[in-house]
Amino acid sequence: MKYWRKPLDAERKKAPHGNVHVIFERCKGCGFCIAYCPRQVLEVSTEYNRKGYHPPVVAHPEQCVNCRLCEALCPEFAIWNTLDEPGQDEIRSQKLDAGSQKC
Amino acid sequence: MNPNQLIVGRGTAEHHPMEDFLRMDRMPHIWCSTCGLGTCLTAFIAAVEESTIPREDIVVVSGIGCTGRAAGYLKFDSFHTTHGRAIPYATGLKVANPRLKVCLISGDGDLVSIGGNHLIHAARRNMDLTVICVNNFNYAMTGGQAAPTTPQGALATTTPYGAFERPFNIPFLVDSCGATYVARWTALHVRQLTIAIKEAMLHRGFSFIEVISPCPTVYARRNRLGSGLDLMKFYHDHSITKNFASTRECDIKFQQDIIVGKFVQRDEPTYLDSMEAQMKKTLGAKFVPYVGPMDPSADSEGTKSNARS
Amino acid sequence: MLEVRSAREETGHDEVTGSRGDEVSKPKRGPVLTGAHYLDGDHACAEGAIAAGCRFIAGYPITPSTEVAERLAERFPKIGGTFIQMEDELASIAAVLGAAWGGARAMTVTSGPGFSLMQENIGLGVMTETPCVVVNVQRGGPSTGLPTLTGQQDMMQARWGSHGDYEIIALSPSSPQECFDLTVTCFNLSEKYRVPVMFMMDECVGHMTEKVVIPDADTIDVWPRRWYRGPKDKYRPYAPDKDGVPPMVRAGDDHRFHITGLTHDERGYPIITAECQHLCVSRLVDKIRNNADDLMIIKEEQVKGADVVVVAYGISARVATKAVTDARKKGIKVGLLRLITVWPFPEKRIRELAGAVKCLVMPEINMGQMYREMERAAGGKCKTLLVPHCGGWVHDPDDILKAIVEGAK
Repeated sequence: MKYWRKPLDAERKKAPHGNVHVIFERCKGCGFCIAYCPRQVLEVSTEYNRKGYHPPVVAHPEQCVNCRLCEALCPEFAIWNTLDEPGQDEIRSQKLDAGSQKC
Repeated sequence: MNPNQLIVGRGTAEHHPMEDFLRMDRMPHIWCSTCGLGTCLTAFIAAVEESTIPREDIVVVSGIGCTGRAAGYLKFDSFHTTHGRAIPYATGLKVANPRLKVCLISGDGDLVSIGGNHLIHAARRNMDLTVICVNNFNYAMTGGQAAPTTPQGALATTTPYGAFERPFNIPFLVDSCGATYVARWTALHVRQLTIAIKEAMLHRGFSFIEVISPCPTVYARRNRLGSGLDLMKFYHDHSITKNFASTRECDIKFQQDIIVGKFVQRDEPTYLDSMEAQMKKTLGAKFVPYVGPMDPSADSEGTKSNARS
Repeated sequence: MLEVRSAREETGHDEVTGSRGDEVSKPKRGPVLTGAHYLDGDHACAEGAIAAGCRFIAGYPITPSTEVAERLAERFPKIGGTFIQMEDELASIAAVLGAAWGGARAMTVTSGPGFSLMQENIGLGVMTETPCVVVNVQRGGPSTGLPTLTGQQDMMQARWGSHGDYEIIALSPSSPQECFDLTVTCFNLSEKYRVPVMFMMDECVGHMTEKVVIPDADTIDVWPRRWYRGPKDKYRPYAPDKDGVPPMVRAGDDHRFHITGLTHDERGYPIITAECQHLCVSRLVDKIRNNADDLMIIKEEQVKGADVVVVAYGISARVATKAVTDARKKGIKVGLLRLITVWPFPEKRIRELAGAVKCLVMPEINMGQMYREMERAAGGKCKTLLVPHCGGWVHDPDDILKAIVEGAK
C-alpha cells in the first residue's frame, strides 16, 4: 500500500507477522489457500506429495500477516499459521484464557 | 460481529489448531480434493471454540451422505444415523437431555428430501437444534443423482437430459415452517459461516444454515463446471450478500447469482419453553417438570431406585 | 396368584383408577400406581413403563395402541416424564433411539402399519445396541387391515422385519396383568442385552379390561442400565463384557464417543470390510443366541406325560385354555405350553418336548408364523398341527379342540 505521508504511529503499529506451516503429505492440492491468500504468500510447488498432489510452497514468507484465511479454508487441515511477535502473542493468549474453554 | 475479532485457538508449529476436535485416528477423511466439506468442518470447529459452549454439552448428529460422514470425523459425542432421520434422532437427544447442545451436519438430500417431513416439523416446533445443511445440489455419495435441490437444466445421473423439476428454495421452506434463525453462506464465506454457526448455536430455537458447497467429482464434473476451486471462484463472483432478504427471493437457478446472508433471526419460545408454559398454565402446582436423563452415578446399585424416580 | 389389595389402603386415595378417561391422581407413594386396579392392557402397559422408570415416550397415534400414548401424555407431566408426539412412526423410533443415548429409558408404541415404518430404525437400534422398548399392539393385517380388531400377524416381522442379520428379544402378554409385568421385563432385558425389545401385544389383550395388581415400587425389580465406569478417554462403545454385551454411556458426559449404523469396530468407527462385518454381526447375533436360555420365559401346565401339547402365546393361549380343559374332560392327556418369550424362540424346549409327545398343536391368529418355528424345532420327531385364523377375532375353542383330538390319534 502506498502512503502519501508516513503515518504518525508507524513505529508503534506493525502488521503482525505469521509463520505458515504446511503438512506436506496431508495436502490434496485443492488450491484454495493459494488462490485466496490476500498476500500472495503461497504458490503451487513443483514437488509431488505421496498422494500425487502439489502442495503449496511458502514462496513469500515475509508477506504473511497471520490472517489465518488459509487455515480456515483448508479442507484437509494441512495448513495453518502461528503468530510471530511474542508481545502480541501474549495479548492473544490472555484473551483466549479469559474467553474460551480449554480444549 | 467483526471477523477480525474471531479468537479461534492457536496451533503450535507441529499441530494444526483444530486437531483436538478431530478424530485424527480416522484422518485423512474420504472427501474429494476441492470438496467444500472440509472447509465446513473448519468453520464448525472454529464456531465451537468461539461460542465457549462447554465441549461435553455439544453433540453432533448426521445422516447419510458425504456430509453425513462429518459426525464421524468430529471428536464430540457424535451419531451417524439413518438416511433422513437425523432430525428426529436429534430431537430425541435434546428432549431427553435438554442440557445438550445438539448440532446436525447433514446434506441437502438427507435433510430436505427423505428427511423433509422431519425438517418441517422440527422447524414448526422451534426445536432447539442447530442444523447445518450442506447443499451440493445432488446426492453425491451415491454417484450424483438428482436431488430436490438440483437446479432446472442441470445434469445428474437420474436426469441425464437435464433436471426439470422445480428445486426447493430451502431458506424459504424452513422460514415458512417457523425456523427462527435462517442463514445461507457458501463454503468460500468461511468467516461469515463461522460467525453464523456460532450465532446459530447460541440461538435458542430452530437454527438452520444452508452452506453452498462445491462437489467436484460428480456435480461439477457432470455439468462441466470445473473443479471445486472453479466453483469457489464462481461463488466469489456470483454471491450477493443480502442480510434479512426475503427468503421468498432466495431461490437458486443453475449457475446464476446466489443470495447469501442471515435472513431470519428472531426470538420465540422453543418447544421445551412452550411445553413447560402450557403445562404450568394448565396443571399449576401439579406439574412436575421432566426429571432429566438417568444419572450414571445414581444408577449404580439401584434396581429399585428407578421405579421411584 | 397375587393378593387383591384395596386401592384405598395402598394409595391413601378413594379413587380407584378406571380404565378410560377417569381422573388419575398422583398416588402418595410416587409415580408407581400401587394397588389393585381395573385396567385394560394398553393402560397397564403404560403403568408398566412408568414402574420401569421410563420417562420418555415418542409416539404417533395408531389404533389400537393409542391409549398407551394417551395415558402417558396425561400421566407424564405429573410425574416428571416427557411425551412428544412425533410427526410419524419413523420419527418416533428415531427419537426413542436418540433419547436412549441421551440417557433416558425410552419407549414407543405402535401397531402393524407403524411397525412396518419403524423397521429401518429398529435395525439402527440393533446395530448401535440401543436399549429401548417397541410396543406393537397387533391388529389384523396386511396393510391397513382391521384397525380395531385383533391379530397376531406381525410375529415373524418382529424377528425379521428389518434388513440384515440380527437377533432381537420379543415378549408376548396374555392378560392386562402381564401387560404391566412384562413391560417392566422388556425394559430390564433391553438394558441387560443392549437391544431393542419388541413387546408383542394384540388388540384383544390391549383392549381387555381386567384386574391388574400393581405392587409397591420397592418390590418391582428394575434393572439398572449397564453404565461404563472406566476412564472417559478409554471408552469404546462396542467393547463387550464377558457376556458379549458392551457397557453404555450417555451423551454429554465428555466420553466423545461415536456411533454409527455402518459396520463398525469396537471404537464405533466404520470399517467397511468382510472381516469387520464378521466380527460385528456375529457378536450382535451371539449376544442373544448365547444367552437364549436366560431369556426363555415360558409357562408349562401338565406338560409332563402329555400326549398332546398346545403351544400358544398371547390371547390365543387364553382361548386355548378352554380347549385344553374340554380335551381333558374327554380323557386326552393334554398340556399347555405358553410362550412369553417368543423371540428368541425356545427351540431347545420344543425339541425336548417333540421327543416326548405325539403332537404339538399351535393356535395363532395368523396363517402360520410361529408355527413354522415350532415345526422346525420339532424336527419331525412328532406331529405338528397349526390352527390358523385370519384375524379379526379370537379362535373358536372348538377348532383348537378338534386339532387336539386329531393330534391325540
